[in-house]
Amino acid sequence: MANTNVEKEPLFSKKNLGLVKDPLTDNNPVTVQVLGICSALAITAELKASVIMALSVVFVLGVGNVLVSLLRNAIPSSIRIIVQLVVVAALVIIVDLTLKAYMPDLAKKLSVFIGLIITNCIIMGRFEAFALGNGPWKSFLDGIGNAAGYGLILIIVGFFRELLGSGKLFGFPVFGDPVEKTGLYATGYENNGFMLLAPMALITLGLIIGFQRSRNKNLIETH
Amino acid sequence: MSLKQNLHNLKEKYRGTKMEQSFNALHTFLYLPNMTTHGGTHVKDATDLKRVMNTVIMAMVPVLIFGMFNAGYQHFGQINGFDAVEFFTIENLILGLTKILPILIVSYGVGLGIEFIFATVKKHEVEEGYLVTGMLVPLIMPIDLPLWMLAVAVAFGVVIGKELFGGTGMNILNPALTIRAFLFFNWAAWMSGDKVWVHGAVDGVKNTAGTDAISGETILGSLAANKEVGYSTYDMFMGFIPGSIGETSTFLILLGGLFLILTGIGSARIMLSAVIGAAVMGLIFNGLVDSGVILEGSKFYSLMNFPFWQHLIVGGIAFGIVYMATDPVSAAQTNTGKIIYGFLIGFFSIMIRVFNPAYPEGVMMAILLLNVFAPTIDHYVVQANVKRRMKRLKVKTA
Repeated sequence: MANTNVEKEPLFSKKNLGLVKDPLTDNNPVTVQVLGICSALAITAELKASVIMALSVVFVLGVGNVLVSLLRNAIPSSIRIIVQLVVVAALVIIVDLTLKAYMPDLAKKLSVFIGLIITNCIIMGRFEAFALGNGPWKSFLDGIGNAAGYGLILIIVGFFRELLGSGKLFGFPVFGDPVEKTGLYATGYENNGFMLLAPMALITLGLIIGFQRSRNKNLIETH
Repeated sequence: MSLKQNLHNLKEKYRGTKMEQSFNALHTFLYLPNMTTHGGTHVKDATDLKRVMNTVIMAMVPVLIFGMFNAGYQHFGQINGFDAVEFFTIENLILGLTKILPILIVSYGVGLGIEFIFATVKKHEVEEGYLVTGMLVPLIMPIDLPLWMLAVAVAFGVVIGKELFGGTGMNILNPALTIRAFLFFNWAAWMSGDKVWVHGAVDGVKNTAGTDAISGETILGSLAANKEVGYSTYDMFMGFIPGSIGETSTFLILLGGLFLILTGIGSARIMLSAVIGAAVMGLIFNGLVDSGVILEGSKFYSLMNFPFWQHLIVGGIAFGIVYMATDPVSAAQTNTGKIIYGFLIGFFSIMIRVFNPAYPEGVMMAILLLNVFAPTIDHYVVQANVKRRMKRLKVKTA
């Protein structure tokens, strides 16, 4: 018998790894595609909230991409958006209930924004653009990569906002006590209240985008 | 060898190096450049950017000096009683100088430092844009503002508010107001309330009875709390009241405004329409009170009942209208646009002042808001003009 074995692509081929790596840098969903901005502005006032949000999106997008990819040949194209919504909604409810059960305080802080993961443009975007046309493994990698790219930016913004805005990291006071005037506060330093407001999140995000573009000339559009 | 020759030699020495722009700026700031234009079209006009900026600064000097006297007057007046204190005394001036000069130095030092760095990195000439901003900044600050906060805010305002948009002439927001808004949202406790407007109020200087000697409450602050105003109209107009350093004297601001209009630098359209806009809004509020819609128990009562013409002489509205709203870069460019722009600034200033007691100074917000809308206003003014002329054209051809 003739050997009809087609050369199988290894699980971690260069191309597959690229699916994870690209969205972290050159094709970042937040800084390059400018998607998912709303939640990046809303919940990044604290680092902890940013990390939880990032992990939630990694879970939803990773699993969701696989599910949509498995269903892709069974979904009639006319109702695909509805099916995708059902998939995200189911996953988001799992995340929401888990958070409410194990971290009720944080769930209260994130409030509607966990529910609003459903409307996160990155998720529907990846379902439409990738999972509907690729196998489950690739879709999984793509989902993890994009969610991680989103989470990375969230964490960077959250780091600066919490550090400068309330002088803490993960709730731990880094600069000393602002009321007792210890540490850095003894010198007259005061927290930057503006950092806790959404406009400064937008400006921080803008600075990150600017910094990335100054390092990577490929990202600069030519007009 | 004269200073001019020295500077010229230095400039020649550093030509072509990284520092070229910096030396060039120093030279042209102090002297006329010793080169002439060759070839091409020449515009013979004594007015250049530098002269425009200097004219605005001249218009602000009286306000600054008055602010120094007032700083001392408010401080000593609160401690010793206003009847016992004269206004134009050396004591007052010295206190004002020691508080205000550092603010002025930080404002110029940080701002110009950043301008020089950007000019060196981006290899363009240092522009004169910051000269006016650097002077405006101290005038709109409370007297006891910590200097490091000012330095951070100036850096933010110049980098984010101006340089990122392309430098002088390209900013969409007034840089001085960007700096003030940044301070206001970042350290609200230092920028509003009744503790910051008179020197010493923050430290809680005690009088002989052991109570806080100084209350820095402004007129708008008392009104927002539905309290009586303890100042006469004459005091409000001449500026013997607590407030930001340079904003109190409506009289001197009017003189400055007149000077700007006569020299053709400030737009009379913007100033007048802003005053009208503020008066209209003030009259609406007065009318609401007179017709009994707003009753005495309402938390807006005092601010709404404040006569509309007094609204114009307290707080920063006069200063904002004359020196900030007329900024030619961030204002509307068309003549009709300027009228709409000015009117809305006045209108919104009073509205914010009344409805949001947390931001007693509405003029800052109003000008920043209208700065953003200025290009839109211009767009529609131009489009309306295009439409009107198209119509005329059709009538003729038909």
